[in-house]
Amino acid sequence: MSVVASAKKSGPFAHGFSSVQKTMFTVLLALAPATAFNLYLFGWPAILLFTITVGACVAIEAVCLQLAGKPVGATLADCSAVLTGWLLAMSLPPWAPWWVGVLAAIFAIALAKHAFGGIGQNVFNPAMVGRTVMLISFPVAMTIWVAPHPLFSAGAPGLAESFAITFGGNVPDTMSAASALGHIKTELSRGIPVTQSMSQVPDLMDMTLGYRAGSMGETSLLLILAGGLFLMAKRIISWHIPVSMMGSLFLIAALFHAIDPARFTSGTFHLVSGATVLGAFFIATDYVTSPVSKSGQLVFGAGVGLLTWSIRNFAGYPEGMAFAVLLMNSLTPIIDQYTRPRAFGRNRKGEPLPLEKKP
Amino acid sequence: MKIFTVRGGIHPEYRKDITSEKGITVLPMPATLYIPLQQHIGAPAEVLVVAGDPVKKGQMIARNQGSVSASHHAPTSGRIMEITEVAAPHPSGLPQTTIILESDGKDEWGDLPEPITDPFAVDPKAIHDRVACSGIVGMGGAAFPSAIKLNLGQQKKLEILLLNGAECEPYLTCDDRVMREHADEVVDGARIMAHALGTPRVIIGIEQNKPQAIEAMTRAASTFPNVEVVAVPVQYPMGSERHLVQAITGIETPARKLTADLGIVVHNVATARAVHHAVRFGRPLVARVVTVSGGAIRDPKNLLAPIGAKIADLVEFCGGFAARPESVVNGGPMMGQPLASLDAPVVKGTSGILALTAEEINDRPASACIRCGSCITICPCGLSPVEMSAFIRKDNLETAAKLGVMDCFSCGSCSWVCPSHIPLVHYFNYAKGMLRDQESDRRKNERIKLLAEVRVIRVEKAAEAKRAALAAKSKPAAEAAPSGAAGEAKAATEEKVNA
Amino acid sequence: MTGILIAIGSLTLIGLTLGTVLGAAARRFAVKEDPLEEELKAMMPGSQCGQCGYVGCAQYAGALAKGEEGSITKCAPGGKVLVEALSAKLGIAADLSALEEKVPEHAFIKEELCIGCTRCIRECSTDAILGANKLMHTIIVDACHGCSKCVPVCPTDAIVMVPYPETVVNWHWPKPERENTQPRPEVVHAH
Repeated sequence: MSVVASAKKSGPFAHGFSSVQKTMFTVLLALAPATAFNLYLFGWPAILLFTITVGACVAIEAVCLQLAGKPVGATLADCSAVLTGWLLAMSLPPWAPWWVGVLAAIFAIALAKHAFGGIGQNVFNPAMVGRTVMLISFPVAMTIWVAPHPLFSAGAPGLAESFAITFGGNVPDTMSAASALGHIKTELSRGIPVTQSMSQVPDLMDMTLGYRAGSMGETSLLLILAGGLFLMAKRIISWHIPVSMMGSLFLIAALFHAIDPARFTSGTFHLVSGATVLGAFFIATDYVTSPVSKSGQLVFGAGVGLLTWSIRNFAGYPEGMAFAVLLMNSLTPIIDQYTRPRAFGRNRKGEPLPLEKKP
Repeated sequence: MKIFTVRGGIHPEYRKDITSEKGITVLPMPATLYIPLQQHIGAPAEVLVVAGDPVKKGQMIARNQGSVSASHHAPTSGRIMEITEVAAPHPSGLPQTTIILESDGKDEWGDLPEPITDPFAVDPKAIHDRVACSGIVGMGGAAFPSAIKLNLGQQKKLEILLLNGAECEPYLTCDDRVMREHADEVVDGARIMAHALGTPRVIIGIEQNKPQAIEAMTRAASTFPNVEVVAVPVQYPMGSERHLVQAITGIETPARKLTADLGIVVHNVATARAVHHAVRFGRPLVARVVTVSGGAIRDPKNLLAPIGAKIADLVEFCGGFAARPESVVNGGPMMGQPLASLDAPVVKGTSGILALTAEEINDRPASACIRCGSCITICPCGLSPVEMSAFIRKDNLETAAKLGVMDCFSCGSCSWVCPSHIPLVHYFNYAKGMLRDQESDRRKNERIKLLAEVRVIRVEKAAEAKRAALAAKSKPAAEAAPSGAAGEAKAATEEKVNA
Repeated sequence: MTGILIAIGSLTLIGLTLGTVLGAAARRFAVKEDPLEEELKAMMPGSQCGQCGYVGCAQYAGALAKGEEGSITKCAPGGKVLVEALSAKLGIAADLSALEEKVPEHAFIKEELCIGCTRCIRECSTDAILGANKLMHTIIVDACHGCSKCVPVCPTDAIVMVPYPETVVNWHWPKPERENTQPRPEVVHAH
């Protein structure tokens, strides 16, 4: 028996089974049922766009890693680019042309993620940067919504027709439809009160099941919710952000709805429409861009909820989730700084606790 | 009894079943023992023997010196071979002064101090002196001289002696076995310690994953109304002194205070047993139970090993390595220290020797932090490991200190939970070492500045005296005194020196 | 036209008013030059060893404060810690690479060579050398700050500078290496 070289690393000499890859993979798994349902709902064009967006994100990530001189294979394996592409695809209009997916991927991965230093360093949620930049730059292409045309159903585009839609950009006019939030906004601007326009949007049941126009992440609410609860059960996310976000959104919406039902839609409508649920469970909870402490996450979630409601009601865009998340992302560092946990044996200011003697 | 919740913590794979059903086996006396002079926190002991001296088992061979220190005794009878530098059971593998003892195979006890037949009738001072001369240190791992902790009763009014049987570290079962097999001795030792401390109550805290130990201890304590056994939840790091106190009393020990300031003194169960031996039989601490475990050990065991046995001897007695160990750890996997050499000896604080395989350690190259916040959620000290490590990486130690890196006790929970496998605890250990160095440098510089100032004053005074003498010789009472301002400054400095 | 005049007029007025206020405030609340020299003096080791080329610490601090001296790396006993502190204080970038290699040292007297001439004792500015005429000298390590002034005056070259030994007590974990590659120690069996 004899000598070992001087020990190089201090303890601990045990590690939990968590890894970045496993975390990302669990999130993808949670998204899978909703995604499958949506791809079925919107048919071949959606499948093409989804594939293109995810593929573009992975390819751009590889190029950026190569340029930055970081290990390409090992970093790609963490699945974070796949997740970004996946969430991005779910936030785009399902029948958008191919270049929408590619450009959005460039903004998301190259601009929002790698320009800031790669995984863990970005200030803003990459998928939401991709979506909002596209929405501002190409408002027309980004707001062509279609009513669901399930695969193989009558009137659904075939594969060849779908290629024309995705690569030719010809969405047949007869197929387009407005999203519920968009419809109400348009009607309000024409002076038609909410009470009246509400009758023209799908009822709450249809909204919940997902049979409505919108991006993929906006429909199939139940499956998204199930995915979110699965993430909570797996302890990938905690309840803090989803609850505070949806809670604050519901409360303020319900309050204003009670004050002026003709101007403001109900709290329940806000919860089931738009990307509320996807945002609450999958987007606002992004580790990198949300606060690290639980109390900070409560503040962050409440901020996202309130901003979403404000943007939906007072700004030019019918859906404000993406903007709200990005705005709160910019506040994350300062929230982190003010919501550090209290150290053991110290008060919030870091001073030792007073001595109390009791037993 | 109500148990209070403790914030944070983790539930690692305990793997205690490897050795929990293995009774304590006596390690055959090795031919040679290596007894380091420093096995404890504080000053190294002073050697009392020279090479060639014959010694008997239990004979003091090194005496405690200074205020915080512990003495050491011959673990068996034999002859002192030499006193030299031997690799320490320490991650650095640096040598330290060690007494090498050659066993004569007879294992004969020497003259021991008289047993104290009724320890509850004697003065607490007598118990304290006996513990001090028996070389007992905290056997949970920290190895703080126990006599000093027993003296706390002289300064403060104490309420509770809390016996720590949590043994929250994975793999380790030595305390579990001691409690199961020697419950009466542990309880007796605890009662003696309570007498020395003047605490009316004894509470023994044991994690719920040791039902047999809880049962045995409850039975042993049943005849003593002031001794209570409490099952605490299985939650690492429950064995941390401050956290155990919080679980049992609900009080959070203030930073920079001791649990003793709350009236609670915490001792390990094995320490209590050592006190029992020292007081009832006069036997000093010369052996301890060590868990030898881990996936790379062929036949894991709980061994009663003499202090100074080479770790290699223990491993060999357990059948050697069945697989290549990735690391050999002194202590538990969470807070234990990697060993640089198997030639290092077992010391009084060695609770376990773990030869761990790569699969058990599950270490991977670190990747970028994804800010998941898990480390903050589980930190039992309420710190922000993610932030502290970022500052330490940039060598901004000052900010790390402000964020509380010195409050971290390196329990390892954050590193354990980190999905990016960032060596957080390693960063904190580095920062703590650097900050301690800086502090001692600062203190030394202050001292040296003072020395230099004193010297300047002395030289000036000498020169002045010379001048004065010269002046007195040639031109009496002509020259005036030097400028007043300089004189005042000097006076101020002199005051500082005298202070 | 009048609109433009109003704009110009109001801006001018605002400018004049604020300028006057600021000017007055600058005189009224003027602070004497900050006592940089004193601060720097306090930072110096204060052992007056003179290795910086100045008579003592105060003179070096003064030169630095007045900007006469551009190098902040001249103080040997202060070491890296002082250079960093000065760099932060004065905003002068310093090349730490040269200093990095110099580990803290203390003087050591080779006892068999010492003839007891007391020259080193007279040289030492911190009274760290113990001894008397014709008697062997020894260094009080705790009081030695490693200025090495005693080394050249020794007629028998008995004094050498030695690094502080690394012991189990003062050792601490080094900074983790590049995070991506961390080999664990290999346990070697030599059966």
